[in-house]
Amino acid sequence: MMMRTDLNIIQQWIHPTSRILDLGCGDGELLQTLGKTKGVWGYGLEIDADKITSCVARGVNVIEADLDEGLNQFSDNSFDTVVMTQALQAMRYPHLVLGEMLRVGKQCVVTFPNFGNWRARSYLLSRGRMPVTRQLTFQWYDTPNIHFCTVKDFEALCTEKRIRILHREFVAERLPDKYMKGIWPNMFSDTAIYHLSK
Amino acid sequence: MPDVIPENSVGIVTPQAIHFDEPLVLACGRTLDNYTLMVETYGALNADGSNAILICHALSGHHHAAGYHSMADQRPGWWNNHIGPGKPFDTNRFFIVCPNNIGGCHGSTGPISINPDTGQPWGPDFPPLRVRDWVESQARLADKLGIRQWAAVVGGSLGGMQVMRWALEYPDRLRHAVVIASAMKLSAQNIAFNEIARNAIRSDPEFCNGRYLEQQTQPRNGLGLARMIGHVTYLSDELMGNKFGRELRSGSFQRGQDAPIEFQVESYLRHQGDAFSGAFDANTYLLMTKALDYFDLAREYDHNPVEAFRHASCDFLVVSFSSDWRFSPERAAEIVEALIAADKNVAYTAIESNLGHDAFLLPNQRYEQVLTAYINRIVAEISSK
Repeated sequence: MMMRTDLNIIQQWIHPTSRILDLGCGDGELLQTLGKTKGVWGYGLEIDADKITSCVARGVNVIEADLDEGLNQFSDNSFDTVVMTQALQAMRYPHLVLGEMLRVGKQCVVTFPNFGNWRARSYLLSRGRMPVTRQLTFQWYDTPNIHFCTVKDFEALCTEKRIRILHREFVAERLPDKYMKGIWPNMFSDTAIYHLSK
Repeated sequence: MPDVIPENSVGIVTPQAIHFDEPLVLACGRTLDNYTLMVETYGALNADGSNAILICHALSGHHHAAGYHSMADQRPGWWNNHIGPGKPFDTNRFFIVCPNNIGGCHGSTGPISINPDTGQPWGPDFPPLRVRDWVESQARLADKLGIRQWAAVVGGSLGGMQVMRWALEYPDRLRHAVVIASAMKLSAQNIAFNEIARNAIRSDPEFCNGRYLEQQTQPRNGLGLARMIGHVTYLSDELMGNKFGRELRSGSFQRGQDAPIEFQVESYLRHQGDAFSGAFDANTYLLMTKALDYFDLAREYDHNPVEAFRHASCDFLVVSFSSDWRFSPERAAEIVEALIAADKNVAYTAIESNLGHDAFLLPNQRYEQVLTAYINRIVAEISSK
């Protein structure tokens, strides 16, 4: 689920009246909000039946699609910004999806749960079991989140794929994370938000 | 044959024959000097005429989309599942119009009508039609009914092709296009199935080169066979497996038994063929399947569907069904791809269903939810004006 903080941070990087593509657009809240506040126009891709119906009800341009099958239906640089919130970790091949996003969009915004957060680390360390946290409530066997990464992992991938990081923001709601995330994002942020370009 | 009319039914309806005296120049170059459209309407047109929905029928459809003609009716109209009070196409909110297309055999001018030049049925001499001819005749129907702009034009299969043609030909006369289980053009395999069906009709000795009415006969075997071929392709393998499997209707495989064996599916198909051939006209079937084959949305736009859709100004809802192999989700995805490239508003969903192409006619919770969600938007637009 998208938090208001994510939304506010993402909004500042989206130019008014630009054309955006929202991958894993959920119930269409982001697209609808950006449409209202910034005159942004675009499409959302979603695979979940009920969420698609919600998008239709909101009047959001939703296209049923499986992101793991790529973005073949879109041509190069056909969107100003391609957004993917909290879905990268559920992709079969996150690095390929990232490549597709940067092909189709001039810029990208990606948000993902940071598995390097100390709560996840201490859960594994102390209990010896895969972390189940407030944000990530699934068991290891039934989780849709098959490719967790940390802030460090993600930046390493960006370096390897020569992806430019235009901005990075970190979100943490609880204490002491809220105050520490700026100093040590990989240890204290819940959610990482990246603004990228080729 | 309902004992009482269900509450969510439009009830007993009476079709009306609407006559047009202004000549209709057809895509083939010939002209229909005058013609009749058999039409059913449900619900009421509002004061500013903003709540009208046009339903375009498919290959074997007609004007009777919802309700019953009499209490003795065996079954309601072909889209009764979706049209009625409280249904996705809510007759409490919309004025719904469904004509039988010209070339049809249910009251609109077509091959079984009398050709005024000869005093005989048109038969094979009825002009060949294109989807655009239907759109043109439907536009004139809109004029006659006082509808300047449809809230939505809706159709499945061949009906969906009419919807797309509407969007290109009369962009300012519709606000929404609902394209269900359709394609921008048929594939070779699809045309092949249609040609087999046509051949079945033509090979019937009773076909008499299409002049069977003059000979007071009917190519019932050929038409029945054509229907059987079509029907199989409108279902899915899984559905037929579930419905019939290898169940026998008669006979047995026991040793020592030589009574003829008949599978349930054989008897079912024969029944489908018989029922259809008693209620449909062979020349209409030929004409409709050819219109289906000839349709190519982007032909006049340099075969560029993106360029074609640039002419549209309505919003689109595109729906496909997972097990539909005659109008597969891949064909729908092509429509959507072109709409996106043309910067059009579009929502697309591929409904999970094992009912094959026929799914667009049948009840399905998710299908109804999506249609309802989309239609509610149209309702909101009308009431916010």
